Amino acid sequence: MKHEIFEKNTILLAIAILLTVAIGGLVQIVPLYTIDSTIEKVDGVRPYSPLELAGRNIYVREGCYLCHSQQIRPFRDEVERYGHYSLAAESMYDHPFQWGSKRTGPDLARVGGKYSNAWHTAHLIDPRAVVPESVMPMYGFLAKNELTFNDAGAHLATLRAAGDPYTDEQIAQAAADFTTQALGEASGGDVDALMARYPKAVVGDFDGDPSKVSELDAVIAYLQMLGTLVDFTTYKPEGEMAR
Amino acid sequence: MNQATTATGASDVAYNEDVVRKFVLAATFWGVIGFIAGTFIAFQLAFPALNLGLEWTTFGRLRPVHTSAVIFAFGGSVLFATSFYVVQRTCRAPLFGGKVLANFIFYGYQLFILLAASGYVLGITQGKEYAEPEWYTDLVITIVWVAYLVAFAGTLMTRRVSHIYVANWFYLAFIITIAMLHIGNNITLPVILFGGESFAKSYIWASGVQDAMTQWWYGHNAVGFFLTAGFLGLMYYFVPKQANRPVYSYRLSIIHFWALVFLYIWAGPHHLHYTSLPDWTQTLGMTFSIMLWMPSWGGMINGLMTLSGAWEKLRTDPVLRFLIASVAFYGMSTFEGPAMSIKAVNGLSHYTDWTVGHVHSGALGWVAFVSFGALYYLIPKLWKRERLYSLRLVTYHFWIATIGIVLYITAMWISGIMQGLMWRAYDDLGFLQYSFIESVEAMHPYYVIRACGGVLFVLGALIMVWNFIKTIQGDMRVEDEFVAPQSAAAE
Repeated sequence: MKHEIFEKNTILLAIAILLTVAIGGLVQIVPLYTIDSTIEKVDGVRPYSPLELAGRNIYVREGCYLCHSQQIRPFRDEVERYGHYSLAAESMYDHPFQWGSKRTGPDLARVGGKYSNAWHTAHLIDPRAVVPESVMPMYGFLAKNELTFNDAGAHLATLRAAGDPYTDEQIAQAAADFTTQALGEASGGDVDALMARYPKAVVGDFDGDPSKVSELDAVIAYLQMLGTLVDFTTYKPEGEMAR
Repeated sequence: MNQATTATGASDVAYNEDVVRKFVLAATFWGVIGFIAGTFIAFQLAFPALNLGLEWTTFGRLRPVHTSAVIFAFGGSVLFATSFYVVQRTCRAPLFGGKVLANFIFYGYQLFILLAASGYVLGITQGKEYAEPEWYTDLVITIVWVAYLVAFAGTLMTRRVSHIYVANWFYLAFIITIAMLHIGNNITLPVILFGGESFAKSYIWASGVQDAMTQWWYGHNAVGFFLTAGFLGLMYYFVPKQANRPVYSYRLSIIHFWALVFLYIWAGPHHLHYTSLPDWTQTLGMTFSIMLWMPSWGGMINGLMTLSGAWEKLRTDPVLRFLIASVAFYGMSTFEGPAMSIKAVNGLSHYTDWTVGHVHSGALGWVAFVSFGALYYLIPKLWKRERLYSLRLVTYHFWIATIGIVLYITAMWISGIMQGLMWRAYDDLGFLQYSFIESVEAMHPYYVIRACGGVLFVLGALIMVWNFIKTIQGDMRVEDEFVAPQSAAAE
């Protein structure tokens, strides 16, 4: 075939380019939606509670993913340092995913429950107060900024449209669940109902200031649940990893 | 047609040079801003007090300002300027759509840059690397991009020569593919459509593993098509022009063009080795990344060998030196890239500063250098000056910037590999030898060296700006000609 036909016809050249560049993406992306084994079947993974979601949105807003990964690779050193390797199922409700591509700081995929709320508060306000060699920015402003999430239901409804299985009840109770989780029993909210809707949720107060819900409360609530949903004492890998 | 847009050169076609001049100035401005932003955040990693404790100045918010400023504002403006210059001249036709469309594209693109950058500082981001702008900014750039395609393809279709020149294949591939990637990666649901209060916030429709694959399908091909195919278009015009030689091989350009556009798209999964992405996808990504070495070097060979028989010009023409050094850096980066995509190598390099060093050998050495070469070529032509104000200053720029790059990439090679080795080191008793923070501490001297490399790169760019200002003002510094040594000149 003579290449001349592309060099003399703009439309033909454009169509040929589009077809050529389309193939790779179609082959690599489409099957991830159609092959069942792409995401493991595991118990425990659930959509984020409103407070965790608010914290996650702040994590995204501040660009934490630029220095912290959330993806533990199946290497001996990583598993010993951070915990069980990450499962695809554990980020199935992450819009967007936050696996990251750089570890200026450590991986956070399983940071939940490893440090106390007080440690996180002190660390986020002034990292070098607890880790002198740290190069992390100071996030004291998170403690000062009051956080309202009156439209939490709308956020959950948006995520439901994207495929997350939020129920009508979760959407209706979203704003109330937000306050209940941030301030605990003291808020007068129904903690038991919250825990039924979001098992394993960690209930506040987080930042040591019960007078208001701060951005810091939400971020710590998010960090404290990271990687805690799957019970790895009962998890059985399938396929390659099982051998 | 007024004086400013009237034709020059052999043809009597009324080329639109006004839009090219605007994009050239924008590229110079955004380049300096982007380099300074990068150097500043490099110093933040060495001296965290520079985060200033303020919401708007943390590394996390300024890093996208740096990446978007250099890739989209600087690189994008260079691509607009050169593609509009090249397509008009190689088609012997004025820019399609006239001044109105050209100005719409220029001001629309600057609006996109300002919307994106202001958003990052205020904390408005989608949280996807190199695709941070939120939905409303995505819509603005989509409209501008369609206008760009119309202007570019329209000029191709109204050409007065029979064949479409090779540089334009690359520019067209860049425009079409970036459109496909941008739309595919930014399918997002604004909360305001569901009764939310926040105008800016949206949630990406895809999630987890599918979002990861889509993101790196996009992210790697932002490199592949924005920073490679587009700039290869630039190379195919400005290297032959400045060297005054024909392109080395027409056949090679056909083969490496189609191989490059086909293979590049598959390489994304090498950003996701050993993650929760299925193994089959990772293997495909690795395989195609390695194959990509060939068409990449096809481009390098075609660029370098264009100088065949004219190598002595490297001694006497510092503008050509920028262009050729850029192609050499391109060759080096596109060899290092496939090596790093091998899973065993990637197991060490991923998440470390080695990756950052790799990106910068491509971004500084290839993209910025080839851009500098093109800008030095264009400025006297566009402002109708006999030559640049000073070729000596171009030489200073070249060497200062080159030393900056060398400091940068060697610091990141050493520290990145050290980091990777420290993370996986075990002591005699079988315990992890280092805590994570010890690896952070060990990085400090290298972060300082890297930032100093950045300072040199900024310094070189400021010398370029001074040279441009004097050239545009019409000054010409009295300088001796560069003389080729006898051994090379004789024969």
